[in-house]
Amino acid sequence: MNLNEFIELFSGQFDKTPADQFKPNTLYKELDEWDSLTSLSIIAVVDEELEKRIVGADFRNSNTIEELFELIQSK
Amino acid sequence: MFNPFSLKDKTILVTGASSGIGRGIAIECSKMGAKLVITGRSLERLNETFSALEGNGHVIIQADISIQEDIERLVSESPLLNGCVNNAGIPKISTVGFINRDSIEEILNINTIGPILLTSLLLKKRKLQKQSSIVFISSISGVVVSNTGETQYSTSKGAISGFVKGAALELARQKTRVNSICPALVPTEILELSNSFFSEEQLKDKMYEKYPLGRVGTPEDIANGAIYLLSDASSWVTGINLVIDGGFTLA
Repeated sequence: MNLNEFIELFSGQFDKTPADQFKPNTLYKELDEWDSLTSLSIIAVVDEELEKRIVGADFRNSNTIEELFELIQSK
Repeated sequence: MFNPFSLKDKTILVTGASSGIGRGIAIECSKMGAKLVITGRSLERLNETFSALEGNGHVIIQADISIQEDIERLVSESPLLNGCVNNAGIPKISTVGFINRDSIEEILNINTIGPILLTSLLLKKRKLQKQSSIVFISSISGVVVSNTGETQYSTSKGAISGFVKGAALELARQKTRVNSICPALVPTEILELSNSFFSEEQLKDKMYEKYPLGRVGTPEDIANGAIYLLSDASSWVTGINLVIDGGFTLA
């Protein structure tokens, strides 16, 4: 999976935030819709689609979507 | 000294006794004079619980209650019982849109179907004597409240609440009582299974902010409720969900 595909997957977990707001350098935790539900959805979709397990610490250790993607790739 | 909470001369089966709340229940019940039959998946950890039990006459039967053959062997090897604590369980965190057949079947097998089938077989094979007490370790999740990501867990525990009511009504004829305990958060090894999702700070927030009594639960808090429900002190109590939550559901 490349970064653009990941961004599409990522944005797909949000109901209200327009897709064009998701860029590699988006500070995703500052999005209004970022909460426990969207974060759990990201964990679930990464598990299902990439078969990688992310944890709360991965969110703490990344700020942009690209950083999160790189963290996941390193697993 | 008169003690209505005594478990002397009672033999109690505890599932999931290899760790956490189950281990705490087994140990505290032994202090109240009970003979324990402890079961769980890990023999090594069951031995640790066993060595912490007070008194003697306790036995270990290794079994995985999500496996039918294990349930059958557990029941056939078990001595006559006066009580059973269905405690074994797992958490699972996922949003509703990501529930799949494997995930829901796994949690229902361990948290709901296994305990129900074990209880049923103990009764059918007459291992639970008349005037027994059957206790389910349920949760406030699914019975009183729920939380984001906990839907499958809530489902598994809510079903137990329904079973408790039906079974309590049927078994009242033989004076056997069926109740559940609904704890709020009791930090044990079970949390490590929750995807390690929560950070230390988040847990700390959960632990102190939401509990009017200022702390989360301990296995002993839950064990004391189990002692009450297993003892003759609760002879007139059946079909209840005993909430033990430090006031969590008040706020």
